[in-house]
Amino acid sequence: MQQDLEVDGVTKRYGAHAAVDALSLSVAHGSFFSILGPSGCGKTTLLRMIAGFIAPDEGDVRIGGKSMRGVLPNRRPVNMVFQHLALFPMMTVGENVGYGLARRGAARAEIATRVDAMLKRVGLPGAQDKRVDQLSGGQRQRVAIARSLVLEPTLLLLDEPLGALDLKLREHMKIELKQLQADFGTTFVYITHDQSEALVLSDHVAVMNAGRFEQVGTPQELYYAPRTPFVAGFVGANNRVAGRAVRVDGNEVTLATGGGLALRARVSGAIAAGDAVEAFVRPEVIDLARDPALLPAPAQRFSGQVESLLFDGANSAVLLRESASRAEIRIALPQTGRFADLTPGETVAFGFDATRAICFRTDAHAA
Amino acid sequence: MLPERSGALAAPRGRLALLLLLAPALVWLAGLIVIPHIELATLSLRARIAPRMYEPSLAQYRTFFEEPLYWHTFVRTAAMSILATACTLLIAFPAAWYIAKIARGRSKATLFFLCLIPFWVSEAVRTLGWMILLRESGVLPRALVALGVTATPVEMLYHDATILVGLVYTSLLFMVVPLVSALESLDDSLVEAAYDLGGNGPSILRQIVIPHAAPGIAAGCIVVFMLTLGNYLTPTLLGGKNSLWFTEQIYTQFITRFNWEQGAAFGFLLLLLSTAIVGLGLALTGQKLGDVMRRA
Repeated sequence: MQQDLEVDGVTKRYGAHAAVDALSLSVAHGSFFSILGPSGCGKTTLLRMIAGFIAPDEGDVRIGGKSMRGVLPNRRPVNMVFQHLALFPMMTVGENVGYGLARRGAARAEIATRVDAMLKRVGLPGAQDKRVDQLSGGQRQRVAIARSLVLEPTLLLLDEPLGALDLKLREHMKIELKQLQADFGTTFVYITHDQSEALVLSDHVAVMNAGRFEQVGTPQELYYAPRTPFVAGFVGANNRVAGRAVRVDGNEVTLATGGGLALRARVSGAIAAGDAVEAFVRPEVIDLARDPALLPAPAQRFSGQVESLLFDGANSAVLLRESASRAEIRIALPQTGRFADLTPGETVAFGFDATRAICFRTDAHAA
Repeated sequence: MLPERSGALAAPRGRLALLLLLAPALVWLAGLIVIPHIELATLSLRARIAPRMYEPSLAQYRTFFEEPLYWHTFVRTAAMSILATACTLLIAFPAAWYIAKIARGRSKATLFFLCLIPFWVSEAVRTLGWMILLRESGVLPRALVALGVTATPVEMLYHDATILVGLVYTSLLFMVVPLVSALESLDDSLVEAAYDLGGNGPSILRQIVIPHAAPGIAAGCIVVFMLTLGNYLTPTLLGGKNSLWFTEQIYTQFITRFNWEQGAAFGFLLLLLSTAIVGLGLALTGQKLGDVMRRA
């Protein structure tokens, strides 16, 4: 499989701080690759090194198999969709889309034909003469993508282009972006701090933290098999329980917190009895019951008092405190509406299968 | 203002307050601009036929067109002012770009302050400073002799170039300020996007930066042009007898010749000239005065 982008041991330092730290990645042709990380993790620096706005201190970026060392941004087969899109307000939509072609010295008639065809493909036929400020947020995004894709780049970089949109439009544009990518088949490298964008859109996601990749994998791998506590905590909602490993039994560890909560979870990496550990349990793997006898058989059982109900349609959850330790636990409510009548203060039973919780040794990733 | 007061009661009070607030500006406008100009207009449209006897006439304006010195000076003043404005723009643009886009924090404030420093002293003293530097026995000619560049001291005053230098120096701040504010509002990512899409320095300047900064450029040019055209001190002191600046003609008519009618006509012609050139400049660059003034 041809790799459109290969980043090889790239480092960028600002003073003593390494914004990007000896990082490598490769992105296959035609795929949608996301870099997910909190703000300040170095993802923008990485993207700007790929685009050529920043030169790496060490390492090399290869695009379409060619080293980009010393190649200026305007000579790279890469185009970028900026965070606030950066459409040229002094130009019409047609001039925006035709800008790159005109810079390449294409003939006027050819530019007109290609701009027309491109605007049709992104669903804005005949919008050439509109001003940029006459467009809606979604239309602007399509113009920004059209402006880049009309140059047929090997790679399209997207710098959180949905960040400035409101929630409803963002959901809509997510779907549209995915369809555009599938339609054009161009390799997309997308950076975001929004895990839902990364999970929905991508073929592969790299989770970035402090200048390094924590894990690179499919969205499913990141969600169901996180390899580090950071990934477990960052991707999707999770209950984090920190404590000590009191017993390790093959692939299962029993963890006890200082507050007196004991639970069993699946071991990730190496854990020995006595290690400081942290376990992650997703809200949706925990079963809830008013009668403890109704919990599924292999589950470990707890009881707790309802603290508050967090109604959010299909994402509704309940926050409760475990009876013995008063640890706060978030549990997703079933969508059948079965527990919609829970009241704060009510005591309920909950439990989960130990194989669906995951436990890491803490100090291994303390840095 | 009490918010619960009904609109009908509050409106006359609000209008009164507004009027009071505007009063100083209105007095200023009426007293110093409108009334003198009405007086000037009537003055310029009459001719003296005998002591204390006047009749309405266009004689003053006829004199202007019939006497070549007058309209030559007029055209020369306009051309020199346009040239001075263009030079000021060329010098101020890189400085403004540096202040707006490259300098950060403290150095930005310092650079701005450096532009302001010449205005600490009066225009007369500033111009005299140029004279000390440039006159035949001044600092620069003597330095050139000492360095062996010229055999004898060269008189550097009283040339058109000297007048231009003085005018540009005096005007620089008024160009830098609107340019900085225009360039600061330019989103850096627009420049990066253009670069990313294949643009290069000159094409980005022409297609992105200048169109964005156009209202600021126009505002700076209007201010500098008006200041230059109406400047009296700098051309007179640096240009001496040869300066032939139109404001000098006006001064001469009013003060030396005591011909107020002729002076008033010249004043009006200068007003028409500046209005016409600014209007032409705006029309040629496709700007609207409203947009430009909001930027200024």
